[in-house]
Amino acid sequence: MSIWEYANPKKFNETTAPLVPWLFGAACLCLVVGLVWGFFGTPDAERFESTVKIIYLHVPSAMMAINAWAMMLVASLIWLIRRHHVSALAARAAAPVGLTMTLIALLTGAIWGQPMWGTWWAWDPRLTSFLILFLFYLGYMALWEAIDDPDTAADLTSVLCMVGSVFAILSRYAVNFWNQGLHQGASLSLDAEENVADVFWVPLLVCIAGFVLLFLALVLMRTRTEIAARRIRALEARARAVEARA
Amino acid sequence: MRDLRLAIRAGGGFGLGLAFFLIVVVLVPFGVGPEREVLARIAPGILWVAALLAALLSLDRLFALDWEDGSLPLLATAPLPLEGVALAKAGAHWVTTGLPLTLAAPALGVLLNLPGPAFGPLTLSLALGTPALSAIGAFGAALTVGLRRGGLLLSLLVLPLYVPVLIFGAEAARRAAEGLPYATPVLMLAGLALGSLALMPFAAAVALRVNLR
Repeated sequence: MSIWEYANPKKFNETTAPLVPWLFGAACLCLVVGLVWGFFGTPDAERFESTVKIIYLHVPSAMMAINAWAMMLVASLIWLIRRHHVSALAARAAAPVGLTMTLIALLTGAIWGQPMWGTWWAWDPRLTSFLILFLFYLGYMALWEAIDDPDTAADLTSVLCMVGSVFAILSRYAVNFWNQGLHQGASLSLDAEENVADVFWVPLLVCIAGFVLLFLALVLMRTRTEIAARRIRALEARARAVEARA
Repeated sequence: MRDLRLAIRAGGGFGLGLAFFLIVVVLVPFGVGPEREVLARIAPGILWVAALLAALLSLDRLFALDWEDGSLPLLATAPLPLEGVALAKAGAHWVTTGLPLTLAAPALGVLLNLPGPAFGPLTLSLALGTPALSAIGAFGAALTVGLRRGGLLLSLLVLPLYVPVLIFGAEAARRAAEGLPYATPVLMLAGLALGSLALMPFAAAVALRVNLR
């Protein structure tokens, strides 16, 4: 028994088929509980009034936007080192989900920023690095689309993902250097003195769990779709080869 | 291998990037108005962005010509490793675009009313930053070499990678223009340039090998 057994597409499909509906169900449950609790069950924060409630969407989606890229990096490395096709397809499947999470984080941030900072957009380090992350996702997906041969595409996008990770981190700190911003500091760290109050903390955790589960479910489902598409391609190619011989 | 530079110069790309740089810089005052204070304020940033776009312009030709006439596989089997080829190509790109841009920037700075103390740091930051642009660009060009219409994709891939270089380069020039100390961004830029020159040829060579498979 090793984890690499799941790199076999058949085994992967068999294992994930019963998992996906459960993951979707759990994600829905967590999100409904977390959001309803967050929206209606928590008091308005002083100074922020009810606008504070957007954190139940903003924080989890921002976390998942970064974690999706990290997951793509790991999957790309596994593809480059061990040549498991499922891994490359999982990286491809995660990109649009990560892109959407980035967009949700940017939009909810803008909606929150308008009443609170008096502006939809500021060239703040965190906002700017998210915009750059958004561009990285776009480039990564465009490269996948542009190349016909699946193995070449997987190789090139994996290299791009690795180089992109280095430059994304560089940009993050370069932007910090360039402009000190409006965005508040980290307020969920486990070791920090001052964190978000418990009233908001618990529903927020539920929401984060919901987003993680939703991300997992979407990525597994999209990976299964990619595997099926790859199979259809292979079958069609085989049919053409048979026809050519006949 | 150094005669690659001659080949690229003969290709006619030399000067075009420079002309593009000039035109962008001339167009900016039409866009923002001729006030001298406004121009002086935005001059470092405009010069940096224009230089970056000019460097981007000639990137798609970096490996494409060798790809089309089939000499790239020959280069790949040559005794020089592919990493060396990528570095030489990036060097050739720098000599034909980065170096002329760096030399032309002070002259165009006059047009944009760049403050006096900023001329030296601007040239210095361009001299340090443009090799990084060429090295990163060589990676982008290697990624897209096999594609029919790689140019647009190339800019989408490469421009986000240019962000840190642009930030530190323009920041050095801006700080100098405002009379602040500018050693920190210049040092960071130098670090970025050395890091890119050391590592990007490897990434470019990997991408080339995949494309040549």
